[in-house]
Amino acid sequence: MENRAVDLSAIERIEAARTAQITGAARPAKVVAEGVDVYYGAKHALKDVSVDVPDRGVMAFIGPSGCGKSTFLRCINRMNDTIPSCRVTGKITIDDQDIYDPALDVVQLRARVGMVFQKPNPFPKSIFDNVAYGPRIHGLSTNKTELDQIVQMSLQKAGLWEEVKDRLQDSGTSLSGGQQQRLCIARAIAVSPDVILMDEPCSALDPIATAKVETLIDELRSQFCIIIVTHSMQQAARVSQRTAFFHLGTLVEEGPTQLIFTNPKDQRTQDYITGRFG
Amino acid sequence: MTVTYFAALCALTLAAYIIAVRRSSAIANTANGRQRLHSLPTYHGLLAASLVIFPMIAIFALGSPILSHEAATNALSHFPADVQADAMRAGATLRDIRNLAAGQHSGEASDALRAAADSYNSTSTQGAYILLAAGIAAALLGIAIAFRLISPQFRARNHFEKVVNVVLIACAAVAILTTIGIVASVLTETLRFFFDPHIKGRPTVTDFLFGTEWNPQAAMRADQGDIKTAYGFLPLLTGTLLITFIAICVAGPLGLLSAIYLAEYASPKVRAYGKPVLEILAGIPTVVLGFFAALTVAPMIRGFGQYLGLDVASESALAAGLVMGMMIIPFISSLSDDVINAVPQSLRDGSAALGATKSETIRQVVLPAALPGIVSAFMLAISRAIGETMIVVMAAGLAANLTFNPLEAVTTITVQIKTLLVGDQEFDSAKTLAAFALGFVLFFVTLMLNVIALRIVRKYREQYD
Amino acid sequence: MTDAAHSTLPTAALIASRRNSPANAALVKRRYAAERRFKAFGIGALILTGTFLLALLTNIVGKSIPAFFEHTANLEVKLDPAVLAPDGKVDPATLKSADYASLTRATLMSIVPGIEGRAARKSLSGVLSSGAADELRRRVVADPSLIGQTIKVPLLLSDDGDLYMKGQDAGASSVPGIGTVTPSDIKGSITLTSTDGAFKSLVDDLTKAGVPKDADTGAIVLNSNLPSRLVAINGGLVKLQSVTPDGATGNVLLSLKGNEAASGPAWQQTTYSVPEGRRKTNDQDVAIIEKVKETGAIQKGINWRFFTSGDSREPELAGIRGALVGSALTLLVTLVLCLPIGVLAAVYLEEFAPKNRLTDIIEVNINNLAAVPSIVFGLLGLAVFLNFMGLPRSAPLVGGLVLALLVLPTIIIAARAAIKAVPPSIREAAIGLGASRQQAVFHHVLPLAMPGIMTGTIIGMAHALGETAPLLMIGMIAFIVDIPGSLTQAATVLPVQIYLWSDLPEVAFQQRTAAAIVVLLAFLFAMNGAAIWLRSKFERRW
Repeated sequence: MENRAVDLSAIERIEAARTAQITGAARPAKVVAEGVDVYYGAKHALKDVSVDVPDRGVMAFIGPSGCGKSTFLRCINRMNDTIPSCRVTGKITIDDQDIYDPALDVVQLRARVGMVFQKPNPFPKSIFDNVAYGPRIHGLSTNKTELDQIVQMSLQKAGLWEEVKDRLQDSGTSLSGGQQQRLCIARAIAVSPDVILMDEPCSALDPIATAKVETLIDELRSQFCIIIVTHSMQQAARVSQRTAFFHLGTLVEEGPTQLIFTNPKDQRTQDYITGRFG
Repeated sequence: MTVTYFAALCALTLAAYIIAVRRSSAIANTANGRQRLHSLPTYHGLLAASLVIFPMIAIFALGSPILSHEAATNALSHFPADVQADAMRAGATLRDIRNLAAGQHSGEASDALRAAADSYNSTSTQGAYILLAAGIAAALLGIAIAFRLISPQFRARNHFEKVVNVVLIACAAVAILTTIGIVASVLTETLRFFFDPHIKGRPTVTDFLFGTEWNPQAAMRADQGDIKTAYGFLPLLTGTLLITFIAICVAGPLGLLSAIYLAEYASPKVRAYGKPVLEILAGIPTVVLGFFAALTVAPMIRGFGQYLGLDVASESALAAGLVMGMMIIPFISSLSDDVINAVPQSLRDGSAALGATKSETIRQVVLPAALPGIVSAFMLAISRAIGETMIVVMAAGLAANLTFNPLEAVTTITVQIKTLLVGDQEFDSAKTLAAFALGFVLFFVTLMLNVIALRIVRKYREQYD
Repeated sequence: MTDAAHSTLPTAALIASRRNSPANAALVKRRYAAERRFKAFGIGALILTGTFLLALLTNIVGKSIPAFFEHTANLEVKLDPAVLAPDGKVDPATLKSADYASLTRATLMSIVPGIEGRAARKSLSGVLSSGAADELRRRVVADPSLIGQTIKVPLLLSDDGDLYMKGQDAGASSVPGIGTVTPSDIKGSITLTSTDGAFKSLVDDLTKAGVPKDADTGAIVLNSNLPSRLVAINGGLVKLQSVTPDGATGNVLLSLKGNEAASGPAWQQTTYSVPEGRRKTNDQDVAIIEKVKETGAIQKGINWRFFTSGDSREPELAGIRGALVGSALTLLVTLVLCLPIGVLAAVYLEEFAPKNRLTDIIEVNINNLAAVPSIVFGLLGLAVFLNFMGLPRSAPLVGGLVLALLVLPTIIIAARAAIKAVPPSIREAAIGLGASRQQAVFHHVLPLAMPGIMTGTIIGMAHALGETAPLLMIGMIAFIVDIPGSLTQAATVLPVQIYLWSDLPEVAFQQRTAAAIVVLLAFLFAMNGAAIWLRSKFERRW
């Protein structure tokens, strides 16, 4: 019964999103970047990037390697803070809140902005503890039953529950690569983030596992604002509703995915999607 | 004599090399134009040199023990048969003879001893000449063979490389020979300690392992005192473990926390100062730490204890344990530093991306991931602490108290080995053999700890490679 | 799943709202506090470790400093022909064995008059070192024409005298006496009587300090836990034992010239403020040293002897040269053995060894050998080199052998790492030019790996230099005065010397132990510094 209720709402949301996408009347922007520049020491890695990421749905960042798409992604949850030489200027807001505001707490920001990495990186703990890690450190459950529920719900959302429900105490590293990546997604959604960042989440996976993860992303877009960096244009076309093309540290073009792939405005985008460089 | 032999060895080796190089060069430049040699003259020379050097070393290595055995037998024949039969007395007499022969004898020498020393000297001298002659003969034979072998087709380089290969293998085998030597020497003496019927006062294996009294010194005055000789190992074990435990209590947290700080928090500048501190500490000889423990730390603890109204022994386990803890801080920190650095960055990123603070990441992700490595670091540190000698020799006591009170004096395995073996005593007494039995236990325990620790580390490395 | 569970099922919205609740803000605060605490623990651990090191180094360096200085008394000694050349002719053998100590004693007697009795004579001879006359002997033997003259010679103080000069003194001070005092005798136990209350101020002082009066006699009795009170009168010195305002009893330390009354500033009241019970030197010693000190003859100089002489039972004569030479010889043997063997073994294991069980065993074996307690190597040396092979005890040869086996694993491991760091392209280039595998390794790879190997070797040698325990096992613990001249002569090494001295009760030996440690650490730091320099200079990134 429970499941059906969720399904119904999901369908409604997907419909709404599709309508919005087709009509172009997008939902209000969730993440807004204005004039973002990133420097690694003297190197100017990202130049004057401005982009609006709508709430709910998937936005893809594409571009040749070294174009700055991952760098930009890591600005959104301030993971660049861990690199000493990195300097970010400009303004990024999530829900109209400046995330580079000194008063803002980066720990709480990251609880709102989940991230999935290129290589699956489950912690060397049990599957349960992997998913429970976020809720535990952020104090999101008041008792053990609730925690169990959160873990179950997250694993269900990540489409992993059926596969692991009998071995929740096994090590997270004992899963296959695709399962590990879905575990990492479950881990990220366990804290109910507003935004999920995915940094080439399928590049270390085989095609079958990739298909599963892509399906999962498609299912999640109704509930989360997802930003995915990918080197595969096909993947961008398959999973995203909007696409941004990065080249040499600048944002060249951004728009609905279909438009970018069928009718790019910029010559560089045209060259990239037709395979002239990449 | 040894000097002469090795001088001859050097001269003949050089001669062989020169002769072979000359000869092969001459063949190369024969009358009917330049004949091509298979190998360069140098290789002919090196092969000839190795035909001299190895036989000569072999003759010396084999001949010397035979010679000294012969000299000893001849010298001992000046003494009555019962002296020769009793291994212990024969050994003692032989030491006297050798000392007298070397001119280092203290005190008045008996006639028999003098005669024996003379015979020892003459046998040695004669034998040395025979050895020298044999060596030179072998060398000349080697030169002759090498000379005959030289021809354009002769593959001197390949042959020499085979020789080199054997030398390389021999060098690598030294490590194995060392281990065999340790095991053989320690094990045979240990077996004698338990099973040789000639040894007076030897304990049974059970007495040794489970006895609670350790009093080997009584062996010296067995005829006069009521104190019973006892070789109960337990007090030494508890003493060793007590001091090791204190040391780990000091070094474990300090070493681990320092490693965590240096690996995870410290800026490059702090690392540049922090690491040398640990390296310097690691490089300080333990005799220095022992001096510090005995003359500074122990009186300090004693004074502090008196201030608190406690009765602290002047050689308390606490002082030795504290300073030993200082000694093993660098071990734990550098090994832990390695394993913490081996934890993939992706795990830290994953945790940080979930909004964990740095310390949460370290405590809940990095340390559990590094746990096997840290465990093995602690095991290696424990093995170091158990085997450490000088700190406990200088700062811990000699009395074997079966206690777990850190304020009392305890003794350790290594202290007892040192005490039993240092000083003038008969080699074949139960007392000295007991030291070897302790050495065996020490070797066995540390070896086990190391093997297990290294295996864990290896597994751990494979996991993240 | 029960219905109850259903009702409390947290929804995504609930979780999100919890995340932003004020309760959560408090949690974040607590988490950051935990973060700061954890970091503080880390810094604290590092600082505590650093403090340990600093305490160790300052403690030892502080203790060592006095040992690098010595005090000599620059005295005029009359080279009495009656002692040096009894029958009027100068004979080198007689000169060498003559009783120079009697000459220095005569000099001291002339400086410190009033030496009477055994105790005083013993104290007198305790001022100078038993080796003080050696300098005199050296000069006379070198130049016999000095006999009959009076020459000024620096005479070494004994360790107690030296320490007295280095600040462990009695805190002597004098004030002129008031009133008239008459001594009853010139030596032995005497009484000092006064008709005008000469000792009244002293009695007042002592009463103020809380020293009780004897119930029977009404006199204040002094003891060794109180500052010593003395009276310098008529050229002599009396140590007081009991005092009343009108008189005192005491023992004569330096005998008086006469027993006539002295008044006013002609007699002095002297105080040794450090009680006798807390000094190494008794009042008799102090009286004599203070007299010598008054002449201004005592000079401070650098203790070169510490570096140029061997061990001695007398701390002021003991030096570390024997131990240094022993260490050098031992390390020479170690280096000669373990450098070639270590490098060749590393070459074999890294370049030629087939991948099989035996190679595996050797590898594991080397790693384990590196962690075997050093004392076990001592047992090996004792059983194999001394008992089985019959090599001489205490010899640098055996010490070097044992240490070579001890550091061999270190050197093999370092050499292997250095060889491994040379990229395979070098090997392939050489082999491609037609070199044999051995030629490629010995001509190309090994020279490139040499800096790394040398670094490892220096560190291994530093380790060997500081090693003590295995050398105790093979008997390098004997008391050896002579500087060892060969590999088979009995010798000791620096760390063992430190161990031997640290066991001795004399304060001066403790200082010398610290000084020897400073020398040892200086060598170790220099070696490690050289290794670091070598690494940074020749480090190559491929």
